[in-house]
Amino acid sequence: MPSAREINRRIKSVTNTQQITKAMKMVSSVRLRRAQDRALATAPYTEKIEGMLQRLSAAATGDGIALFKPHDTVKKVCYIIIGSDKGLAGAFNSNVNKAMVAVLKDKPRDASCLLVTGRKPAEYLKHLHIVPDKKWTGFSDKPQLVHAQRIAHLAVEKFLSGEVDEVYIIYTQFKSALSQELQTVKMLPIVPNAEDKTTEPRGEYLFAPDPQQVLESILPQYLDMVVYNSLLQSAASELGSRMTAMTSATDNASALIDKLTVHYNKVRQAGITNELTEIVSGANALQ
Amino acid sequence: MAEKGKTIHLEVITPDAAVLQEDVEFVLVRALDGDLGIMPNHAPLIASLRIAPLFYDKNGQRKCLSVAAGFLEINDNVMTVISPAAELPRAIDVKRAQSAKERAEKRLNDNHGDIDVERAKLAMQRALCRLHVANEYTE
Repeated sequence: MPSAREINRRIKSVTNTQQITKAMKMVSSVRLRRAQDRALATAPYTEKIEGMLQRLSAAATGDGIALFKPHDTVKKVCYIIIGSDKGLAGAFNSNVNKAMVAVLKDKPRDASCLLVTGRKPAEYLKHLHIVPDKKWTGFSDKPQLVHAQRIAHLAVEKFLSGEVDEVYIIYTQFKSALSQELQTVKMLPIVPNAEDKTTEPRGEYLFAPDPQQVLESILPQYLDMVVYNSLLQSAASELGSRMTAMTSATDNASALIDKLTVHYNKVRQAGITNELTEIVSGANALQ
Repeated sequence: MAEKGKTIHLEVITPDAAVLQEDVEFVLVRALDGDLGIMPNHAPLIASLRIAPLFYDKNGQRKCLSVAAGFLEINDNVMTVISPAAELPRAIDVKRAQSAKERAEKRLNDNHGDIDVERAKLAMQRALCRLHVANEYTE
């Protein structure tokens, strides 16, 4: 049976932990709101660029464009893995790691190329003695467009040079603060949208200089956007997941403090009763 | 509010925000194959843009913002410009543009004959465009 003093010390330590988790919860909920706003702010841009792409691919044939063209055989696949820099975000990083391992196993190492963002997935790979082909850290919770551009350019370069035959992005889609879903999306070769036919009669567009050229110049930007979007989604998911994890940690700490307080009172009471019995029996013995 | 049919709705959208949403009388942009002047009720058009200032007339006053490449789409008297980076004159960070210009200049002078030259040229254009817009049009 621990002494009252020991229990008291534990209560204090749990209270300290609770204060930390509570602070982290508040910080991440504020930042989540900001990340959500940013993810929403890109929606119009994405929508427009997708719409334009659709109208362009209706007008121009994508035949000559290498980004559309599937490679004959798929020998090497590139995965862009988007994780976070910091832990304490519930199952967020372990989900990303699991998906990463799932695509890596049963394959020789040189059949896949890994582009990793975030310190956590990179550390996990180190633990497995796998060296990623490229890693980026330091922006997982506040990605900028330049980061997305860097990643997209490298992937496009690898695809065009024939080093890899397909590119996938593994990221976490933000649904709400409570639910995030891991997604694997094919980035290259670009699969033209099936809805082309329905939007075709919407009016005759003029193109300057011509559809083919515009299409060629819009594709890199479209890909930047695809990557940027997944970075933003992942950032929001990370913060959402951290907020949920920290909320439950705070709740658990409260429950633990309550339990320990009851325990402490019992021990204290037992001590008092014990002392009383001793005094009374001592007094009785004197009579 | 201007008379209907005499204005075109201009929207400038970047990945992070809608920079501008206004009804304007005239827009002048630089497309890949030359300048385009756009009046209200223009036919549907899709064009890719160069790094250049975008001019527009609002209530008879010429205004301007810097657009670092991108695309424009006109449909149904709505003109949408999407660009990875676009700034109103007052939003331009002159110091940053100035240092970007110097950096690009240095890189071009060192000239190692790599793909970097292409990037430095683009960076140079962006910086010059921003500086031009900031210096000439800040209210």
